[in-house]
This record gives sequence, structure tokens and C-alpha cells, in this order.
Amino acid sequence: MSWKKALIPLATVPVILLLAYGFWTDPRSIPSPLIRREAPNFRIAPFDGAEISLASLRGKPVIVNFWASWCFPACYEEAPLMEATWRKYKEQGLHMVGVVIQDKEPNAREFMQRFGYSFPNGPDPGSKISIDFGVYGVPETFFIDRQGRIAYKHVGALAPEVMEAQVQALLKG
Amino acid sequence: MISTLGGFSIFLALGVALYAAAAAIAGARSNREDWLASSRNAVLVHFCLVTLAIFLLEYALVTSDFSLRYVANNSTRGSLTRFKIAGLWGSLEGSILLWEWLQALFAALVVARYSDRHRELMPYVQAVLQGISVFFLALMAFGVNPFARVFPIPPDGRGLNPLLEVTDMLVHPLLLYLGYVGFSIPFAFAMAALITGRLSDEWLHITRRWTVVAWLFLTCGIFYGGWWSYRTLGWGGYWAWDPVENASFMPWLTGTAFIHSVMIQERKRMLKVWNLLLITLTFSLVIFGTFLTRSGILGSVHAFADGPVGAMFLGFLALVLLFSFGLIAYRSDHLKGRGELDSVVSRESAFLLNNLILVGICFTVFLGTVFPLLSEALRGTKISVGTPYFNRVSAPLGMALVLLMGIGPLIAWGRASLNNLRRNFLKPLLGALVATGLTAALGVHDTQALLAFLCCFFALGAIAFEFVVATRARARTTGEGRLQAFAALLLKSRRRYGGLIVHVGIVVAIIGIAISSVYKVEHEQTLKAGESLAVGRYAIRFDGLAAGERPTHILVWANLAVSRDGVPLGELSPGQRFYPNQQSPFASVDARYRWNEDLYVVLSAFERDGKTATIKAMVNPMISWIWIGGAIVVLGVVVAVLPERRLALLAVRSRPQEA
Amino acid sequence: MGRAAFARRDRGRVRGGRVGVGVVALAALFVLAAAGLAGAAGAPAPSSQALVDERVREIASELRCVVCQNLSVADSPSDLAKEMRNLIREQVEQGKGRKEILEYFVSRYGEFVLLDPPKHGFSLLVWVLPFLALAIGAGGVYLVARRWAARPADAPTPADPGYLDRVRRELTEREDGTA
Repeated sequence: MSWKKALIPLATVPVILLLAYGFWTDPRSIPSPLIRREAPNFRIAPFDGAEISLASLRGKPVIVNFWASWCFPACYEEAPLMEATWRKYKEQGLHMVGVVIQDKEPNAREFMQRFGYSFPNGPDPGSKISIDFGVYGVPETFFIDRQGRIAYKHVGALAPEVMEAQVQALLKG
Repeated sequence: MISTLGGFSIFLALGVALYAAAAAIAGARSNREDWLASSRNAVLVHFCLVTLAIFLLEYALVTSDFSLRYVANNSTRGSLTRFKIAGLWGSLEGSILLWEWLQALFAALVVARYSDRHRELMPYVQAVLQGISVFFLALMAFGVNPFARVFPIPPDGRGLNPLLEVTDMLVHPLLLYLGYVGFSIPFAFAMAALITGRLSDEWLHITRRWTVVAWLFLTCGIFYGGWWSYRTLGWGGYWAWDPVENASFMPWLTGTAFIHSVMIQERKRMLKVWNLLLITLTFSLVIFGTFLTRSGILGSVHAFADGPVGAMFLGFLALVLLFSFGLIAYRSDHLKGRGELDSVVSRESAFLLNNLILVGICFTVFLGTVFPLLSEALRGTKISVGTPYFNRVSAPLGMALVLLMGIGPLIAWGRASLNNLRRNFLKPLLGALVATGLTAALGVHDTQALLAFLCCFFALGAIAFEFVVATRARARTTGEGRLQAFAALLLKSRRRYGGLIVHVGIVVAIIGIAISSVYKVEHEQTLKAGESLAVGRYAIRFDGLAAGERPTHILVWANLAVSRDGVPLGELSPGQRFYPNQQSPFASVDARYRWNEDLYVVLSAFERDGKTATIKAMVNPMISWIWIGGAIVVLGVVVAVLPERRLALLAVRSRPQEA
Repeated sequence: MGRAAFARRDRGRVRGGRVGVGVVALAALFVLAAAGLAGAAGAPAPSSQALVDERVREIASELRCVVCQNLSVADSPSDLAKEMRNLIREQVEQGKGRKEILEYFVSRYGEFVLLDPPKHGFSLLVWVLPFLALAIGAGGVYLVARRWAARPADAPTPADPGYLDRVRRELTEREDGTA
């Protein structure tokens, strides 16, 4: 069989390879254009406490965590880790802010009470903050360095190792 | 017990299918009739075994035997029986079992029907069909077992997704699967023809009706899916160019191209390689579609699982592609056509253009579907290819197809002279222009819509012209009355006139698609009790919220009073359904479905105190024409597929056979 | 066979404009049937509020609802989509143009939020390839058709009268439309 004819079956090989490549990608993970760029400023009115603006926290490492009480099971899985990290590192200058997405205040408060949240959490009316951060699901966590840039974005429930590594990086930088 | 028996029957069926394939090939090569007979029996035994397996799983579902993980995941004790039955195809494992059962059924039917004919081809047809079954059985035996057990046995199952616990679920997947599996028959015959070197048109004649019936099921499945989406999902649309929807559309496109181009091969003995490529492509796209649904490489509402299944599907797809394309390349020397054309302007050319456009659309849909993957592979960034792209590219191509539907019946086979063209085209063209002018006078000013109308009127006019001329001609020669002549025409030349009716159906559907998208009117507003929202000529007044408990969910609905131009028309109650184990509620659409336009209303949001509600309403003009067009298509296929007169058959049989 | 078919077609031509009238009548019937369309198309001139709505819908239909599967922000019933639409409305009312608003979302979500791939760079391929493929295909079809038309017809082989009769009968059936 001449090589020209062999082209017909061989032409299908690139397609097959492309599809095989598909196994290594996750169709749901979307890279954020905000990484290494300045984090969008926002003002949030926490359920308890005074209004916070992100700009006022410049110079300190900040973790911004987007969550919701209806986000089951991921937010429930990572909640203890959030609180534990806060308690461990707040003395070292770490700040943590929780943004509650499309939730009702009673449900959010119940969630906060259940996990003993002691860091500020507030609602996001109009989803302005979520949209500014390009949030497309919950939970999502943004690690902001001392220069106010987004160092890392994590989609989904945070694992302890990842959290630890990122916090250390923030505190150093 | 059911679990062991079920698993065992699958393994046994796998072995029997392997044996059937091997015995068929061996029997054919060494000309042993006893082996061939044994292989035919094995095909029937295979079918019985798979029937047993499916019966066992259905039995477990209906009796709510939650010791099987599949039953626990796909039904609940409280479901209605018919949804327990439908749970069989609710997710991955069961759907594969259903597919395999249909595959085994079709293989058995083919064996039973042709057991004493086509002796050279049949063994290889069987081998190919059993080979496909082997794959699906292997998926269950070594990948995802529908009879897997679960410990501890849960007290109640998780149940089907509430969106699926509807009558539509009993219909849509079955229609699609019948179409998909149906296409494996002409594919198997094509492969057999290639393997044996019997490259005449035999395989085409034999499989023509199978192909058309498979196409019919696929068409119905696609239309039905759109109809279901529209009535249920609440966004008012029927097609989102979702990767899995595209995956059902692509084999439909190449299948349609195939049905048309075989007519050229039958008449003129041309396009042999092309037809083989088309049917291979169609079957490959069917497998590709299943691969997409089950591998998770492209995000989709329809996708259902992952695991080793994806890799196994890709492997099978690769095997099918390389094997069949390789065979075609191998035999290509013997596949040169014999026919010739009198002129470039002829019906044959119209058919070639038809194929070009259909394959072109298929290529575009395929490109758009895998492009995100390609972009990520080569650039690392994620982009999306969505509805606007697909619509923008397929709309002009769709119009070109409609034009061809008009040109086709008017242009002669062989050579079309200028006189011939002028005479045949003039009246339908004039009629179309007049009709389009009238439409513009009635208020349609959008250029795209007018162009679409022009093409559609032309096609309809050409087809009507064809019917009228033929009826008159027949009435004149046989002295029958007009109506009688018309009926006789339909009965005598079913294929031709059935085909024309199918075209009418498609054009009607395209009119529905074009108009409902261009002239859709939508409005969303938050209303307090007593307030109204205006959309089109309708006024919708919010009269209050209500809530009630249903057997499986809680329903919250809004009472709306609808009027048009001030005349009260009745009430609508769109709502939201809250299910216990679902995060967000499902929309409960309410609408006035009428042949000329639909008023479609959804409850977007509401306050807990019942004082306000956000209502979204849309007017979709002529959207029902899509479903009506689909029904006409079915009618046309039924007319076309009824058995032709014996005389015609005899004439075909005794035509001198070529090698 | 081709020539015989052509000759028979002639018989189908009807004297007078009767078929023409029939076709026009059919078409007119069709237009009347589309009366529902007239309702939608003949709707009263839109208010400025409706114009803003329309603009919002246009822009929203180019954006992907990021929490849904394959729906545009215009079509999606989700809460986030609703808020994105509100944001778009605000910006339209502020007078921002389509490009600006789309860029606003792209800078936050990445190119993925555009339902259509951008028309530059690598993504230009997906816009160009279909037309390229069609052009190549059309060229191919034309070449193939020309090659077929250039092939000389085979000399007719003599056939026995019985066979000729059958052929003639078949021809008649075809002319009447069996084919």
C-alpha cells in the first residue's frame, strides 16, 4: 500500500492524540487572569464589627475566602482549617476576610457559629466583590501578599499542606 | 444473588460474543457451514444472555433491591414504577447495558433476517457487530459493573436527578440509542464489503432501510431532546450547542449526507469511497459522542462519569478509526467509480453540494467542540466556543441547504439545460418573491429573516410545484381524480415523495428556528401583588404566591393572570420545585403553547414573605413550528420506508451485477 | 436515460399560469399562517427603557454564565448571572460601550468568559478554518464534477428485447416519479 493511501488512516491519529490529551485537563478549572496582579479593592461590612477595606490592609498578608452555607460539602470541609489557620497566624500579622456569596444572613451566621469563626465575614450585596475577583464557584480562596498582589488562587476546599505552604510564602514575602 | 447472576451473564455473554465473531470468521475463511451455523446460534444466545442481564437489573430496580449500588444510586423506594424502570439508563453503567442490549438485539435481527442470504458478507457483518458488543460487554465486565454491590445496604436510594423523573426520560434516551445502534448495521455491512472485497453496491441496497430507520430515530431523539429542554429547563431555549448535544448532531449530519450520496452511487455507481468514508465517519462520530458523554474531557450538562471508561472508549474509537480507514485505503484501488455526468449543472452536482454543506457543518461543529481542548493543549489558555459562534457559522450554511432542497427536485439528473432550468425555477422563484414581499409588508423588516423566508418559500414552492405537476401528470394519464392520483403517487414512489415530505418538515422546522430566534421578546421584572409586566402584546399580572407539598418535593408557585391586548386569556402558574437532597430549586415552567407563538413564563425569584416575585416572561413566535416540522419529518420517513412494490425489487435484483 | 428523462420533463410543463397561481396561492396561505409573526414584528416602537434592556441582552448574550453549563449570561436563571446583568445594565446606563464592558469581565474572568473565542491570535483559526474548509471543499466538488462530465460515455451494449422491455417499463415508472 503506497504511503499516500496510508495517509487516510494516519490522518485520524492527531485527533485521537488530542482527545487523549483531554484526560489530563480539567474542563472545570479556569485559570485566573488576576494572578500576580493587584487585588481589586473592596469594602465589606462584616456581620459583626466595623467595615473593612482591602486597601487598608496593604502591607500585611491577607487571605480572602469566598464561601456560602449552601456550599456542601466543600465549604464545610475547609471551614475548620480556615479557623485554625486564623488562630495560629493572626499574631504573626496574617489577616483573613470571609466573603459570603448569595446567602441569607441567618444561614451564614449559623455556619459561622458552627465552626467558631472569629475572623471577619460579611455579605457581598450585588456580588460586586465576587465579580471583581472573578469568582465562579465556592469555595475559592485568594492569597494576597504584602504588596497587595494576588499570589495564588485556590478553587475548591483547601488542603492543609497547600494552606500551610501558601501562608508561609505570604508571611515571608 | 441477582448481583452474581447478573455479573455472570455479562461475562458469559462476552465469551459467547467472542466465540460468535471467531466462529463466523473461521467459518467464512474455511467455508465450513457448520461453524457458520454455530456462530449464528451464538448470536442468538448472546442476545438471550444480555436480555437476562437487563431483566435482572430491571427486576432489582423495580423491587428496590438496594444491595446493588446502581439501584441505590438511581432509584428511590417512593418513585413511580415507570421511573424505576427508566432508572436503568439514568447513569453510566445501566446506560451501557441498555446500549449493549440494543446492539445484541439488532445483531440478532440481522442474523435472523439474512441467515440464508448474502452468504459472503454475513459472516463478517456478524463478526463486526459482535466485535462492537464485545467492547460494550468488556466495559461492564472490566470497567464499570452495573451489578456491583454496596455495603452497607442503604435503607433508601438516592434516586434519579429530579430533572429526569419525567415521562420524557422514558422516551428521549431510547430514541437516541436506537439511532446510534442502528447506524452500526450499515457500518458492519460496509466493513464486510471491504473485508471480503465484494465492493459492488450490494451492501448499500441491503442496508438502505436500516440506515433510514436509524436516521429517523436519531432525528426524533434530537427533536425530542430540544422539545424536552424547552418545556422543562426554564431558560426558554432548546439547543445550547453543548458538547454532548453536538455529539448527537454530528452523526446526524454525516448520516444525512450519507443517505443522499448513496442515491448517487445507486444511480451512477459513483462516490464509492466517499460513501464508505461517510458511513465510517457516522459510526465513529456515534462512538465519539458516547466517549464525550462518558469521559468528562469536555464539560457538559449531559456528561455522566469518568474512570477507566473514558480511556477504554478512546481506545475503541482509535481502533474503529484506524481499522476502517485503513481498510478503505487498502481497497481504494478497487473502488473507482464508473459513472459519468452529462453536465456540471445537474442533480448530481446538487447532491454533491448537499454533501459538501452537511460535512462542512459537521466539520465546524467538531472544530468548535474540540477547539477549547486544542487551544489549551497548544497555548495553555482556556477559551470558550459557544452558541454565538455555532449559530453564526451554521445559519448561512443551513440556508444554503434549504435552497438546495428547492433546487434538487427541479433540476434534472444528468444534464440540466438552460430552458429546463428556466421553466422549472421561474414559478417557484416568483412565488417565493411574492410571498417574501407579503411578509415584509406584514411587518418583518429584519434582512436576515427576510432572506431566510425567501429561501424557505422557494424550497416549499419547488416541492409543492413538484407534487402538483406530478399529480396532474398522473391524473391526466390514468384518468384518476386529483386526490386519488396524489395518493397513488405517494404509494407508488414512496421513496421520492416521502423524501420530499421530509424536506418540507425540515424547512418548516427551520422557519420555526429562524423566526423564534430573531423575533423573541423577553422581559424580566420584580412585581408586587397586583402589578403587571408587559411583554409583546401580553400583560401579566402577579396575583400572589402559593406553596404546596408534593409527593417528592415542595412547590412554590406564582399565580399570574394573563391578558393580550386587554383581553384576559387565563392563568399561568410558573414556580420552583425544592427537592430534599438538591442544593438549588428546579424551575417549573408554565406557558401558553400555541401554533403561532408561545408565551413562556418562569418564576426567577421570590421573597419568602410572598409579597414580591421576579417574573421572567418571553414570547417565542412560531417556535412550535420546530416541533411540527419534526412531526412532518417522521411522516415523510414513514412514507418513504414502507416497502416498495415487488416489481421494483425484481428489477433491482436482476440488473447485471458487477464485480 | 438522461435524455429520455429530460424529454419527459417537458410534458410536465403546464399551459397557462395555473401552476403559477397555485404556487402563489400556497405562498400567500403560508404568509397568512405566519400571522403570529406579524404580532411580534409589528409590536409598538420600543421605549428607551426597552432599548437599554435590548442592549443589556445583546452584551449579556456574548458572555458565558460561569456557574452554568454552556448558557449565556442573558439566558441563565442563576443568581450570579442576574447580578452580572445588573452590572451590565449599570454600565450601559453610564454610557460604556460594548467592548469596554466585555473587557471589564475578561480582565476579571479571563477569555473564557467570552462565549465566542476572540477573533485574534490563535483563536482566529476557529473562525477561519470552516470557511477555508468549505472553499477547499467547493473547489474539490467543482473539480470532481468537471472530471465526471469530461468522461466519455461508454458505448451502449446490445441487449435482448426482453430486457429492453423491462427497462422501458422501469423508465415509465421513473418518469412518473418513482425515481
